[in-house]
Amino acid sequence: MNIVIAFLHRAILQGTPLLFGSTGEIITEKSGNLNLGIPGIMYIGAISGVIGGFFYQNSTISVNPFLAIFIPLLCSLVGSLLASLLYCFLTITLRANQNVTGLALTTFGIGFGNFFGGSLIKLSGADVPSIALTRVAKVFKTSLPFAKQLGIFGELFLNYGFMVYLAIILAVIAAFVLNKTRIGLHLRAVGENPATADAAGINVTKYRYCATCIGGMIAGLGGLYYVMDYTNGVWSNNGFGDRGWLAIALVIFAIWRPALAIPASYLFGGLYILDNYLHVSMQLQPILQMLPYVVTVVVLVLISIRKKRENQPPASLGLNYFREER
Amino acid sequence: MNEAYALEMKGVSKHFGDIKANRNVNLTLRRGEILALLGENGSGKTTLMNMICGIYFPDEGEIYIDGKPVVIASPVDAFRYKIGMVHQHFKLVDIFTAAENIALGMQDEGKYDIREISARVKEISSRYGFDIDPDKKIYDMSVSEKQTVEIIKVLYRGADILILDEPTAVLTPQEATKLFSVVRRMRDAGKSIIIITHKLHEVLSISDRVAILRKGEYITTVNTAETTESELTELMVGKKVELNIDRSDPLTDLPRLELRHISCTGPEGLPLLRDVNLHVCSGEILGIAGIAGSGQRELLESIAGLVRLDKGEIIYHNPKTGKVCDLRDHTPVQIREMGVRLSFVPEDRLGMGLVGNMDIVDNMMLRSYRHGHGVFLDRKNPADLADRIIGDLQVATPGPHTAVRKLSGGNVQKVLVGREIAAAPIVLMTAYPVRGLDINSSYMIYRLLNEQKQKGVAVIFVGEDIDVLLALCDRVAVLCGGAVSGILDARTATKEQVGYLMTHSEGENRHA
Repeated sequence: MNIVIAFLHRAILQGTPLLFGSTGEIITEKSGNLNLGIPGIMYIGAISGVIGGFFYQNSTISVNPFLAIFIPLLCSLVGSLLASLLYCFLTITLRANQNVTGLALTTFGIGFGNFFGGSLIKLSGADVPSIALTRVAKVFKTSLPFAKQLGIFGELFLNYGFMVYLAIILAVIAAFVLNKTRIGLHLRAVGENPATADAAGINVTKYRYCATCIGGMIAGLGGLYYVMDYTNGVWSNNGFGDRGWLAIALVIFAIWRPALAIPASYLFGGLYILDNYLHVSMQLQPILQMLPYVVTVVVLVLISIRKKRENQPPASLGLNYFREER
Repeated sequence: MNEAYALEMKGVSKHFGDIKANRNVNLTLRRGEILALLGENGSGKTTLMNMICGIYFPDEGEIYIDGKPVVIASPVDAFRYKIGMVHQHFKLVDIFTAAENIALGMQDEGKYDIREISARVKEISSRYGFDIDPDKKIYDMSVSEKQTVEIIKVLYRGADILILDEPTAVLTPQEATKLFSVVRRMRDAGKSIIIITHKLHEVLSISDRVAILRKGEYITTVNTAETTESELTELMVGKKVELNIDRSDPLTDLPRLELRHISCTGPEGLPLLRDVNLHVCSGEILGIAGIAGSGQRELLESIAGLVRLDKGEIIYHNPKTGKVCDLRDHTPVQIREMGVRLSFVPEDRLGMGLVGNMDIVDNMMLRSYRHGHGVFLDRKNPADLADRIIGDLQVATPGPHTAVRKLSGGNVQKVLVGREIAAAPIVLMTAYPVRGLDINSSYMIYRLLNEQKQKGVAVIFVGEDIDVLLALCDRVAVLCGGAVSGILDARTATKEQVGYLMTHSEGENRHA
């Protein structure tokens, strides 16, 4: 029993960065921008937070809980915002190919993270190739004090840092805004048919910029969560792994619905760590790690076979819009 | 600045690269009138209207609304001046409901409530006599329903100036009549309406005045009551065009292609073709009539080897060998290798016929890419062919290396038909070859088809204008719900007969 609870707990921890990433990417894709730079933006969000946290932690002896959260959070948001703006400028204003731009941004973001990560490791003078922001991370990981006393319920639902809940709240807000508000209606129209949205007086450029930037910032928080909460404040280069791609796969799995992304990301989180809990041989582990991708392919096949119009990707996903194009 | 005008354009020009779409256009629209905007293809009607509703920005000239100069830089500005346009290609989001589409772009005060919008849509519908379900998804709608949504969308925003871009091009005659009564009701409610159309009888029946554009230039405006069909044609094309289509007698009555009991089923399990029996002879034009979506497309595509048939045979009589073969279940390449010279001008010109981003020469090569030495392509012959087509068919293009998608609809069609005819076909299939084309281009296409007929080609002509079908073809087969409801001799049949068969298939009444 305990092992099941522990597994579910870990699945939620593991699924949270995916939830941030996929919520951000869903908002972005709903505007018609296929931002394949999300893995890079998540890296940038992580390292930016680490930079902020590193200098704050080194500048003070007693860590102020508010500043310990505020400074890395702000740095992370600014970092991912700048990266998203770069993507927007290239694809929306200069109308560069979205796939190429996104892939380049991912390569850039990972390099950016590793470069500054390496610099910080040098600065900290550590003898292991990682930086530990233990004191800052402790604040991020603070959970409700009585959670531990509530048995299984507390362990499963309450025993997390605030960012786990933030991810859920953001996904719920995203679902509400997309489906129940005028802004959401306009955003979906921009992603489905920008010419129509434009003719209806919706500023396509503005919506695409805003959606991509907000989406990028939310995804960047996934990177921040990963360093500050999941790894207890330890940054090591390339530590984030392929979670960014998993987040993009998750968008398809959740058929572009943030509400579905919540359970889906925990499922992916569970599949991601399944090999630690099933006692299989080393050779079989990569097969288990493949599971999230296999599941995504199966979903893609299923929605393509069923052809339900509401479950298809936004119709103009990946296409840039130019009003006077003939 | 006459204040009696709801809208006035003065000296408006617009060009795209080297193509001058509009040159020094002056246009006036009175309050409470229906103005027809008439012009050939590529005469710049749609471009002009797009400048009024903020899609394009004029390079030169001024626009006045109610006598005041205005700048319309975006669609939002156009709404502010109460201008609404129903585009030829509907601007609707497929996966939204009618009400959601209508709500798009609205910045109403207060909470976003789709039920409230639905209620207002219903109210507008009943006032003007529309029939629409606000909660129906666009992808479930017929073309005429979609158009209704577009018109309601414009009215919902309180537009006083309505622009309808070829509204009847996609409608059945009954639907068009219904539309016109709605348009008249809107005029009587004080709206000013500009209607773009190619069909002269519609211009005469609906409009108060007619403005004529020719090659991007404004010619004149005349009162509809004081003009005639031939005068309008003359103003539009600049010279008199012969309205009669020459029709020679069919050369033979030897069947070249026979369809025997063919049936096929669509992806949703609905039958698209039901037991169709047809034949086309060498040296004749077989017309195919029917309401859009009655199986015309599937019929042609099954001959071309693009659709899988459930049953039936497609028998081809080879004129050279005298042999007979069945084309069913063969791919287009296999059909070509069997010695069947088949040319196909599909309905979807830029989707199936040509590659929009490629230039005219490259599009010629789509038919000849197998020629050439080894791995290298033969470019010279296609380039010569492109030049010949541009010259012979008077394609308006900056040159043979212009991307096809940048040409206007009529010129795209000339390129496609020119290429297909150059392949010296034995069977020539054309689907709506004159759709969206002006009179001059249409007649050029008719002449080309007649030339092919006289050379002994078996021509299949899918058309929508019954008058043209009856004047051009030798026999007309009418499709209804995927079945042949009748085959008529075009020389003796009447329009009413065709119209009746289009809505009634033999032996059963599907529309009951």
